[in-house]
Amino acid sequence: MGLGAIHAGVNLVAGYPGTPSTEILETVAKNNDGSIHVEWSVNEKAAMEVAAGAAYSGARALVTMKQVGLNVATDPLMSLAYVGVKGGLVIVSADDPGPISSQTEQDTRTFAMFSKIPVFDPSDPQEAYDMIKDAFELSEKIGSPVLFRPTTRVCHGCASIDVADSYKKNVPEGFVKDTMRWVIFPRTSFLNHEKIEKRNPALGEELSDYKFNSVVKRNGKKGIASGGVSWAYLNEAVSQLGDDKFNDTSLFRVATPFPFPEKAALKFLDGLDEVLCLEELDPVIERALIFTAGKYHLKTKIYGKLDGTTAAAGENSPESVIRYVSSFLGIENLKAGELPEKPKTPVRPPVLCAGCPHRASFYAVKQAMKGRKAVFCGDIGCYTLGNAMPLDMVDTCLCMGADVTIAQGIRAIDKDTTAFSFIGDSTFFASGITGVINAVYNHNDIVLIVLDNSTTAMTGHQPHPGTGITMMDFFEKRKQGIREDIANAVSIENILRGIGLSFVETVDPFDQKKAIDTVKKAACEPGVKAVIFKAPCIALEKPKRAYSVDTDKCIGCRKCITEIGCPAISMNEGKAEIEKSLCYGCSLCETICPVGAIGVKGGADD
Amino acid sequence: MTKSILLCGVGGQGTVKASRIIALSGMEAGLYARTAETIGMAQRGGSVVSHVRISDSPIASPMIPKHTADVLIAFEPGEAVRCIDYLKDDGVVIVNNKAVKPVTASLSGSDYDGSDAIKYLQDNFSHVSLIDGDLICEKCGSDKVLNIALLAGAAASGELGITVEGLKCAIRKQLPEKTHEMNFKAVDYVNGLLKQEA
Ligand code: SF4
Ligand code: SF4
Repeated sequence: MGLGAIHAGVNLVAGYPGTPSTEILETVAKNNDGSIHVEWSVNEKAAMEVAAGAAYSGARALVTMKQVGLNVATDPLMSLAYVGVKGGLVIVSADDPGPISSQTEQDTRTFAMFSKIPVFDPSDPQEAYDMIKDAFELSEKIGSPVLFRPTTRVCHGCASIDVADSYKKNVPEGFVKDTMRWVIFPRTSFLNHEKIEKRNPALGEELSDYKFNSVVKRNGKKGIASGGVSWAYLNEAVSQLGDDKFNDTSLFRVATPFPFPEKAALKFLDGLDEVLCLEELDPVIERALIFTAGKYHLKTKIYGKLDGTTAAAGENSPESVIRYVSSFLGIENLKAGELPEKPKTPVRPPVLCAGCPHRASFYAVKQAMKGRKAVFCGDIGCYTLGNAMPLDMVDTCLCMGADVTIAQGIRAIDKDTTAFSFIGDSTFFASGITGVINAVYNHNDIVLIVLDNSTTAMTGHQPHPGTGITMMDFFEKRKQGIREDIANAVSIENILRGIGLSFVETVDPFDQKKAIDTVKKAACEPGVKAVIFKAPCIALEKPKRAYSVDTDKCIGCRKCITEIGCPAISMNEGKAEIEKSLCYGCSLCETICPVGAIGVKGGADD
Repeated sequence: MTKSILLCGVGGQGTVKASRIIALSGMEAGLYARTAETIGMAQRGGSVVSHVRISDSPIASPMIPKHTADVLIAFEPGEAVRCIDYLKDDGVVIVNNKAVKPVTASLSGSDYDGSDAIKYLQDNFSHVSLIDGDLICEKCGSDKVLNIALLAGAAASGELGITVEGLKCAIRKQLPEKTHEMNFKAVDYVNGLLKQEA
């Protein structure tokens, strides 16, 4: 998709990291000859607006985010749908069926309908590459932003694709003043609304002939409609079950779920008694087909999520599609070799990495608040994993930035509790700051814990304002081993002081004694207090040294396991054991062992 | 010809890198390649699975349908058992014999050590190669060679679609130069071991 955008002559790319969309912007940055403005914006709303400005100026602009990021960018998007653009504006919003790495299973196709913006739904990386160009062209043709919705299985993976040998750069005209066009007024919005409502059905007609919206008409009375990666699974099912089984089955692939290609749908539905819909997340194709059938008084029965034929939630897979198709067409399912009963496999929830500084930070707060009433509001990032046993330090987690404000609401009602909010550095910049201002303004009492590991770790270590490194030379600098540009870095401490906090302390979480004391002090002060735990994400660091357990000294009390839960430590024959390939040498377990059994063998560089 | 290879393990063991190596080698050889990987939240110490498919014709699904994988490359015995449904009846299993104990197991005091998993694999499947990952890492002087060692085992089975030589070529092309020597060592070592067994 990144390459597709470059080859479509993109001039500006802005986004906010979010699994599974992150790599698109990184691909552009890696292949940037310097002529494309590439940035990680502070959040999705900022990215959308930066890109809008570029598109107003005639540039081709790409915005990337994940589906929940689209919620953050909704405000500018809804208005932008009315105002329109001059240069092409394509918004990639990656959906995450499962969900594998998200808070919700929302569907960008539904969002497209809601915001009245066309959406493309590629089913594999090659299509994604090809369709990006079509999306830019459509956007320019109709003067509207266009959504682009890949899903996890289209994003996360590599594939061989054919790419263009040469491409043309788009040369933007620059911003041309036109108040009636670029300033949104109720009067113009009314006119634009009318225009959009007229445009979309016509566009659906036109898109019926789009090459990726395909109809295969066959003689039988049954048909299958699909889109996105489910379409790829359907093709897999055809090859697994044998294409002769599909000789009588009509097929409809929907690549632009909105505006729905009604003309193509009618051609598909013609003469069919039964249709099976295969799609992930919302029943978008299914609803549109039911609507079309109703509108034209067709008797076709439509099966899918709404009647329970297919699963309402979660990801599709080749197996589930093979199963649905087999039962719909009355094909005997492939016999699955029965396996003898398996031995129990351990459950493996994700945990904070061995040596992760967040573990030390959480543990320090836990120790400081021992025996006192406290609530711990968490947020989105690696540190959400602080909820796992034995740390158990995340009581709430809602959405980006909500830790700061939810803590205020809880404290306003539950007055004898100490309300903590834990926020990562990237999240702080994205949507934490307004929450802190809210607390200061309204005299709300919270302890803000900023977990500053100098990176956006969860999504694969993107830089953010606190690092001072931009995407224009991130990869160049990384090659040279430079991860921070202090002169350009935005300081969290200065922001907090600027907002008016008087208690702002920066501490190394591995200095447990000082960390615990600082938190205790903060908890006693009135008003908004902040403790910044600063220590780099270990994934960016080489292991310092490996710790090991002196089995003679170890009394097998299991404290190192039950207190901190470092994945490098396990019990072996009643004694603790440290897996040295995992240990990062953070020293936390050393400070916990009551008998001093843990240490570095033979000095720090052993 | 389509080769489907499933890689599974615990987040952080290098499964994604290994799947990319196979896919890129396939592409180098002029074949179509598709992968699907688990990235993100689940990466941190959770179970991870990568699907890799290489073929001389375009590949529809990046995900391997169950009971059709030619090779299962497991970085951890319990994970091998978890994913064994993907393997076809006479498929090849390459498995690291070292169990990774999750924190939850340590907390509950469970005695999971992977031995049941290995026994299950050996009892029910005819082509199982155990790789002593720890030993190989020790011999090669780095914990980072585990993925290459497992790939070497798979290449030696002849079912990977990549030869042992092809794997070395991929190492040369895709990995940083300073790691070449230890990775070659791992490849040769595994090959030597498997030949002895045969
Ligand atoms: S020093 Fe202890 S707590 Fe830190 S990574 Fe190593 S084993 Fe885990
Ligand atoms: S805390 Fe110390 S004594 Fe207790 S099990 Fe761990 S290493 Fe052994």
